[in-house]
Amino acid sequence: MNLAYKDIRHHFGRFTLTAIGIGLLLMIVMGMGGIYRGLVEEATLLVDAIGADFWVVQNGTRGPFAEVSRVPSNLVHRVAAVPGVSNAREFVFHTIQREHRGKPMRMAVLGLSWPVDKGAWLPLLTGRPLAEGHFEMIADKTLGLSLNESIRLGQETYTVVGITNGMVGSGGDGLAFFTLSDAQAIQFDLPGETVRLERSARQARLVGMDWGATQPNLVDRAASQSSEIPSLGPPQISAVIASIAPGTDLRSVTSILSGWEDVSVHSRQDQIDLLLQGMVDKARRQLGLFSALLTIISAIIMALILYTLTLDKIHDIALLKLIGAPNKVILGLILQQGLVLGSLGYGLAYLIGQKLFPLFPRRVVLTDDDLVRLAFIVLGISVLASLLGIWKALRVTPNEALSG
Amino acid sequence: MMMSDFAIETDGLTKVYGAGNTEVVAMREVSVGVRRGEIAALLGPSGAGKSTLLTAVGLINPPTSGRISIGGNLVMDGPRPQTNLTAFRLRHLGFVFQKSNLIPFLTALENVLVALELNNVGRRSGRKRAMELLDYLGVAERANNHPSMLSGGQQQRVAVARALANNPSVILADEPTAALDSHRGRQVMDLFRKVAHEQGAAVIVVTHDHRALDVFDTIYEMEDGVVRLSESR
Repeated sequence: MNLAYKDIRHHFGRFTLTAIGIGLLLMIVMGMGGIYRGLVEEATLLVDAIGADFWVVQNGTRGPFAEVSRVPSNLVHRVAAVPGVSNAREFVFHTIQREHRGKPMRMAVLGLSWPVDKGAWLPLLTGRPLAEGHFEMIADKTLGLSLNESIRLGQETYTVVGITNGMVGSGGDGLAFFTLSDAQAIQFDLPGETVRLERSARQARLVGMDWGATQPNLVDRAASQSSEIPSLGPPQISAVIASIAPGTDLRSVTSILSGWEDVSVHSRQDQIDLLLQGMVDKARRQLGLFSALLTIISAIIMALILYTLTLDKIHDIALLKLIGAPNKVILGLILQQGLVLGSLGYGLAYLIGQKLFPLFPRRVVLTDDDLVRLAFIVLGISVLASLLGIWKALRVTPNEALSG
Repeated sequence: MMMSDFAIETDGLTKVYGAGNTEVVAMREVSVGVRRGEIAALLGPSGAGKSTLLTAVGLINPPTSGRISIGGNLVMDGPRPQTNLTAFRLRHLGFVFQKSNLIPFLTALENVLVALELNNVGRRSGRKRAMELLDYLGVAERANNHPSMLSGGQQQRVAVARALANNPSVILADEPTAALDSHRGRQVMDLFRKVAHEQGAAVIVVTHDHRALDVFDTIYEMEDGVVRLSESR
């Protein structure tokens, strides 16, 4: 006769509620691990999806994700000319926050090197890649935009022609893909008054110089658009991404680029390491610490629950001892209940998590390895938590059966 | 090893609680014997040492000195057990208390069955034996009810069935009728007599109920830790 099962059957309601409580607690532990995995996956998703072999960024920076990087757009031609480079593309990446349907919408803007790159590599749920050089965008579904919806960004209106799934930046913001020039237009969109003030300031600076006095036509040029003044124009792109030709040694290519004093070169793995160590590391440690604390709290709560359940049965345990039950029967009763409670809690955590985690604002990724690891931890907790109850039960004497 | 025709026999049992100024002698040089098929009453006022004697012979409260033999085997020599007491209790002793002391999460049948299974009786034969006992004690129709669904008298009958499960040579009952009305109390006492005479067990009943003394073969009285044979039929 399985006494643990009989006791559970008799106190089914209480036991079920307890298991649900444990399950919710374990779901949070499970969720914490899933959030961490999600952070890692989101952080490296873009780098993996783009698939470039190396990234050329502003010298001394760890851009374009971990920090801001600005390089001239003509850098792409210099990189493409390096022996062993099969292709090089401009890369623009920045995050904006706009009001949309009365709610703030954060969007990671990514410029595709049109017309070479139309976004055909993106995992589209619906719609199509970019087909025009301007005013089209592909949005991730997390942005909440729908196909063919129009959205005004800066001076222009863009139409959503494709919806991707799971394309988010390292900060968890949904990605929106534009042509490079559109992404730049969004990035460098300045209010008209700012532009006018800057032109006036340029004119004033030039008038005060010898050049302005001797060459009045330069003053007229200074008052024109910034993009028409190459020497004064700001760097236009975030980075250059490039791939090497098959059979080429990556180190031989990057060693050439490392000699250029205006840029830094990061391999794909460097970029992933920068993202994980720089951006995710603190969050990872924080989540890890929180998960460890939650695991300890779960163990303590389970121990207290099992101890309380044991206290409720002290008289029954004394009675069992009185009629001749050996200690292993009592030990089995408590240990089995601990394991059933842990197993039920784990199962409930998994089932509830499956329904709940997709609703979280950031991705929660449950890997098989993490689930198996947590299962072993729960097994350990169940055994450890039972020890307190077992310790109490083993101290019960048959005499206590006579005390009422 | 003591050899005699007693199912249970004590020799000079003494139990002392505390020491020095706080020393209390609960039981003093108690020597009694109860044969198989005999039902004995143990009477006495509160604090006389009845429960101390019962728990001592029940092997759950070791005496300070003296010896206890059950079925001809010496099981306690002073406070020292001469055998595995848990296993010995399981096979040779049955207990019935003032309150029925059934396990609340088991049905009547399971309460009897658990004693049998602890003694390694097979599930099928154990179930048959448990049902026979419940039937013998008139509660077979309540076999699948939990204790909370049974009356006090029915619970006490199930407790007796459990006490009988492993054919113990000794049944120890501590005021088994205290929680019952006089009619049901009488029924339980008659039941003990029936068990003693038909099952051949030695039954020792601690009781205050003087109305049912006619069921007993032997009556012991206890006062200040000393036992005196009052009546033997």
